[in-house]
Amino acid sequence: MDFSLTPEQIAAQKMVHDFVMKEVYPTIGEWDRKQQMNPDILPRMAELGILGINIPVKYGGQGFDYITLGLVCEELERVDTTLRVIMSVHAGLNSLSLLQWGTEEQKQRFLVPQAQGEKYAGFGLTEPGVGSDVANMRATAKKQGDVYILNGEKMWISLATKAHHFLVIAKTDPEARPASKGMTAFIVTSDMKGVTTGDIHGKLGVRAGSTGWVNMENVEVPVSHRLGEEGEGFYIAMGALDNGRYTVGAGAVGLIRACLEESIKYSKERQTFGVPIADHQLIKQKIAYMQQWYDAAKLLVLKAGWMKNQGIRNTRETSMAKWYATDMSVKAALEAVQLHGAYGFSDEYPVERYLRNSKGAVIYEGTSEIHQLMQADFALGYRENKPLRCELPAYDPDTWLEEPQTA
Amino acid sequence: MHVVVVTKSTPDTAAKVTVDGSGNVTWKEAMVINPWDEYSVTEAVLLKEAHNIKTTVLTVGEEAHNEAVKQGLAIGCDQGIRVWDSTLANADSLQYSRAVAAAVQKLGDVDLVIFGKEQADTGTDQHVYQVGRKLGWNVIGSVFKIQEIDFAGKTIKVVRLVEQGKQVVAGKLPAVISVVKDINEPKYPSFMGIRKASKAEIPVWDGAALGVDFGLPGVKVSAYQNPPERAGKVQMIDGDSADEKARKLVEKLFEDKVL
Amino acid sequence: MTSVFVWLEHFDGVLVQPSREALGAAGTLGGKITGLVFGKNVDAVVKAAFHAGADEIIKVDDETLETFRFEPYVALLTKIVKDNTPDIVLAGHTTRGREIMGGAAADLDKGLLADCTELSLEGGRLKAVHPVYSGKVLSTIEIVSDGTQFATLRGRAFTPNEPDASRSGNVISASPVLAESDIASKVESFEASVGKVSLSDAAIIVSGGRGVGGPEGFAPIRELAEVLGAAVGASRATVDAGWIPYEHQVGQTGKVVSPDLYIAAGISGAIQHQAGMRTSKTIVAINKDADAPIFGLATYGIVGDLFELLPALTKVFKEKLGK
Repeated sequence: MDFSLTPEQIAAQKMVHDFVMKEVYPTIGEWDRKQQMNPDILPRMAELGILGINIPVKYGGQGFDYITLGLVCEELERVDTTLRVIMSVHAGLNSLSLLQWGTEEQKQRFLVPQAQGEKYAGFGLTEPGVGSDVANMRATAKKQGDVYILNGEKMWISLATKAHHFLVIAKTDPEARPASKGMTAFIVTSDMKGVTTGDIHGKLGVRAGSTGWVNMENVEVPVSHRLGEEGEGFYIAMGALDNGRYTVGAGAVGLIRACLEESIKYSKERQTFGVPIADHQLIKQKIAYMQQWYDAAKLLVLKAGWMKNQGIRNTRETSMAKWYATDMSVKAALEAVQLHGAYGFSDEYPVERYLRNSKGAVIYEGTSEIHQLMQADFALGYRENKPLRCELPAYDPDTWLEEPQTA
Repeated sequence: MHVVVVTKSTPDTAAKVTVDGSGNVTWKEAMVINPWDEYSVTEAVLLKEAHNIKTTVLTVGEEAHNEAVKQGLAIGCDQGIRVWDSTLANADSLQYSRAVAAAVQKLGDVDLVIFGKEQADTGTDQHVYQVGRKLGWNVIGSVFKIQEIDFAGKTIKVVRLVEQGKQVVAGKLPAVISVVKDINEPKYPSFMGIRKASKAEIPVWDGAALGVDFGLPGVKVSAYQNPPERAGKVQMIDGDSADEKARKLVEKLFEDKVL
Repeated sequence: MTSVFVWLEHFDGVLVQPSREALGAAGTLGGKITGLVFGKNVDAVVKAAFHAGADEIIKVDDETLETFRFEPYVALLTKIVKDNTPDIVLAGHTTRGREIMGGAAADLDKGLLADCTELSLEGGRLKAVHPVYSGKVLSTIEIVSDGTQFATLRGRAFTPNEPDASRSGNVISASPVLAESDIASKVESFEASVGKVSLSDAAIIVSGGRGVGGPEGFAPIRELAEVLGAAVGASRATVDAGWIPYEHQVGQTGKVVSPDLYIAAGISGAIQHQAGMRTSKTIVAINKDADAPIFGLATYGIVGDLFELLPALTKVFKEKLGK
């Protein structure tokens, strides 16, 4: 067993840390208040290679491993959840699904520009009336010759108005039983006729991000845009969630760290009864718990990342990491606000933003309740991972660093 | 055509640096690249991108200074070199300058040596001018902008900061310059650069390899001490209005004869 | 008798403050003080140097020395020191002072005590205090080489003499070392900075931080500075945001200052900023946030809105100072 990170992983994490602390941290509070995404963020993340951090070099990425993806998400969410959300949808849910299921032609056409950051990517599974009960989705795809006609609305879509590519799940066979067998995955591009998008305002958290809806009205999607086979959509979506949840869990570790770091700083500065509040036992208790949650959550995330590197199926471990880390991030944020007292209640300090941001992640990518059911079912033997036609490839430095073939 | 950027590792700005009971300077935090060198390294890489020149990142010191060299490589410099042998322990700026000059001479084809304005740990910059003299090259300090540089024609024109304003100075290459903040937006390491840097072997050149004796120092540090605590705690000025607070403060300042 | 040479910097025909301070410091070492004045048409400077404490002057008046340039200035100082072998050479730790002194000390392989905040002579050897690690630690440094000893003095760390118009002395004229054709550089143009008072020389500095909210937020800072004859400083955050030019930055990658009075408005007091101003004699902090670290360093603190407090202060100072 080796708990150490490589110098490369550490340096990559530090680079992202330096970027967000310098370019995002100073002004993120203002963007959050304005409920706008800082327009520089996505282009900068693209330019710096963050969007393609763990995609193989030959597909336009930076060739780092899954653990580095987690470390990067931790650093991004240390500063603001909206940055990690970008990674969850662009990299976790979309790009890694292309890497897992895409044909070579699809990888060249869609994954390469995504990894290079020329195109942004989103993921469309949730609908206005369908969340955890995916099987009840209404979106349909009817095959007509060499195109599918897509209809339906996807809701709570991160980067809805920013993304160029969406990985959309729709029913090709609405009569199939179980319903999951009738779903298929498609790569829908925002410039296709009949695709309209919009942002949702008035969210509790992630207010400096873009969350919205994607509406599809008789959108003609060529067969070449179908990811996987007909009927594989549900498995592709679940595989995508194994990766999306990993980034959410890793990000939540960063959010816990944000609460911890701000709390340590404040508790040393702020004095009551003639001493820094850090000297009061009940403050120490809060700090101790935050540290405990951070350590435990991080270990769970690293374990999931290690399994991905090894090519071991990690649905249960990723679910556990996501469930625990996000639940604890809410608790850490509550404690951080409490520790900051009245200041914590105001936007002069960032902890109120952390609290608002923490709440989304216990709802999306599987509510905490869904994860509890999954964990129980795994433990009870009611659920097991069945092999997939395409597994997420293990991290192999030689393959990941192979140079692209020049035509 | 070759640009050398000289750097070193210094304690992180946020590091708690103190003097311990034995009179040694200590801190727990990691070493980072000298903050001023973020600009010099970036400038070297920008020159490389614009003029297709070779870049070397050079340090003089113990192994800890490889951190700064690796940062330089990760940001985009082509090669790293560390100059070190035991005769350089506690080197002063004269010995340091002899070492840098010898390494630059060994590289042979260097047109420009770039320093960050100061070393944040020693808080000094005389080594910049001393390297210039040891090489017999002109030095232009506190450069705010390189306006023109012509490696083939061996000329350079810069804007530099002096206390009273900005000067445009034209000179010849080879030369030594030091750069200030704002000459550029410091680059972060690239992910590709990080991988390259972590695999890079950084050769160590000692006095024998350079064929020089680093000579005697001119200065020694005889002691370190913690600075005196600022006398007294802050006195908070209260009042019902901004006007009242302002009046109270001004009275205090006059009482203290600050004004 | 100890002989102390002081390289005297001047600009626009005026002897700069750090050079006056260096003459003051030279006086505390005992011995004869020789001022070195290089330039073109420098008689006014020579006169001022006598008034400020020089016993004699070596003057080099030449076209090639009209503006400071590294090569001719260093070569000249090296030659004069070599010919006269003074015990000590002092200069202000200014941009030009650092360059000429570092260069000449290298030419002669002599020790240079740079950026001294205290200076003493013990058994013929110079010893100094020099802040290191961004002022977190003080070092005591000593010259170990034989012969002439060099030192540059931090601005405002040494007291200048009261100008004495009755003083004068012997002026020795010398010649430059380099001809124009030997000099590789040219100063093509100069643009004076906008601020009237230079940060390094200022007795009072009014600084703004992120709390000023934007470029226009520096207006009340400038108004107060105007009334006090103060320089305008700024935190790194405001410079990085493009609200004010870099020349105003106080702190680790900006200027290190130690005025008599430092008024920090809307500055939280990050460690980088403290590195540049912690040695100020009196520090006034104005901040909305009662827990801002700047209050830990301040002599006086006011919790409140700088946009109310600064105009109020400007008004009260105007009354008090009769402006």
